[in-house]
Amino acid sequence: MTSPKHAAPPLPRLATIWLGGCSGCHMSFVDLDEWLIELRRHAQIVYGPLVDRKEFPEDVDAVLVEGAVTNTDNLELAHQLRARSKVVISFGDCAVTGNVTALRNLVGEPGEMVYRVYAEHPDRDGQMPSEVIPDLLPQALPLHHVVPVDLFLPGCPPPAARIREALESLLGIDDSPHGIRFG
Amino acid sequence: MARRQRPNVPVVIDGHEVMAYPDESVLSAADREGIRIPRLCALEGTSVHGGCRLCVVEVAERHKLMPACGTTVVEDMEVRTRSRSLDEHRKLICELLLAEGNHVCAVCVSNGACELQDLAEELGVDHVRPDYQFPRRSVDASHPKYTFDPNRCVLCTRCVRTCAEVEGAHVWDLAGRASGSHLIADLGQEWGEAPSCTWCGKCVAVCPTGALAWKGKAVGEMRHDPSLVAFLSSAREQGEWVDREALR
Repeated sequence: MTSPKHAAPPLPRLATIWLGGCSGCHMSFVDLDEWLIELRRHAQIVYGPLVDRKEFPEDVDAVLVEGAVTNTDNLELAHQLRARSKVVISFGDCAVTGNVTALRNLVGEPGEMVYRVYAEHPDRDGQMPSEVIPDLLPQALPLHHVVPVDLFLPGCPPPAARIREALESLLGIDDSPHGIRFG
Repeated sequence: MARRQRPNVPVVIDGHEVMAYPDESVLSAADREGIRIPRLCALEGTSVHGGCRLCVVEVAERHKLMPACGTTVVEDMEVRTRSRSLDEHRKLICELLLAEGNHVCAVCVSNGACELQDLAEELGVDHVRPDYQFPRRSVDASHPKYTFDPNRCVLCTRCVRTCAEVEGAHVWDLAGRASGSHLIADLGQEWGEAPSCTWCGKCVAVCPTGALAWKGKAVGEMRHDPSLVAFLSSAREQGEWVDREALR
């Protein structure tokens, strides 16, 4: 029991972020449904697509990172979130393996790929994306090939039950073992 | 395989005393004892390939790891199938297989029914440490019934052995060397143009990944059946298709 002299310890600071992915992992996160309310009792969600905050905050305890590192924005964010977080979790197959985002690596150089998608595609008007879009890196890469990663949560997307088990284990709510699997 | 003799070669596998047949492999003896050794290229009913190296085991007084599939039992042989170092070797082998091709489970016909995916899970591969190679390989969809996607091929040669040894057609073989090794049909033409193919589909049945698949299968719909070849081989050896009444 907490004595009245001491304030309750602050809740762990949890962030979620979305790099080069389709948001499917975050959809699966939202699929935690009413457990998200339970989660609020164990962690403070300080950043993510569901939080109105522009910049990735300091002193994050754990961050779920969706998506591969595929452009210069992703790269900058990857370094920033690593510097500001204690535990970095690759969240879903794109962050873990590159997955669908990295399929573009098979097409060749980014310029060749963008030309094929925008200029050669019959349903488009031949315009190429210009200055508002961040530059693509030579290859889309898994997060751990760019910054050190502490934990991996594969799946496309990881099912909500698997996310819950991982978070419960991480936050000390329940540390029973849980399965891992790509795809 | 039909056996006339009883197993009479004593070996010790993970501390269990096992009686093996004189010409039996460590893998087969372990299987009969219910000791699971991970494997990928091994396929009951075909010859030993020993290429994937996932079934490596430690054998007392031998200084290198031995593939259980290609190591014949010797009297009083002591085998260890599990150790921290073996676990680590197998894990790395699985990671190398995943890094070498383009294995994208989420868009694969065999997602959910893939031996490589199962192995990754079994061996605790939750990420791949070596750099992905992202090789550029073209899909061969020229055959009217099947597709070959070399992006998902692990060069286990199950299809090569099955086609040559069970079907007797030898459509498939490997060409090239090292990282350039790849599967070819006949003399390197498209599969649909390979005249020796009988369309039997045994290669598709035994493929451990989504490399060989039925046409028209979407993501997660392909189901292989490698046990088909073991059934065919044993039925052939035991003469199950022969009219036994007529032989009397």
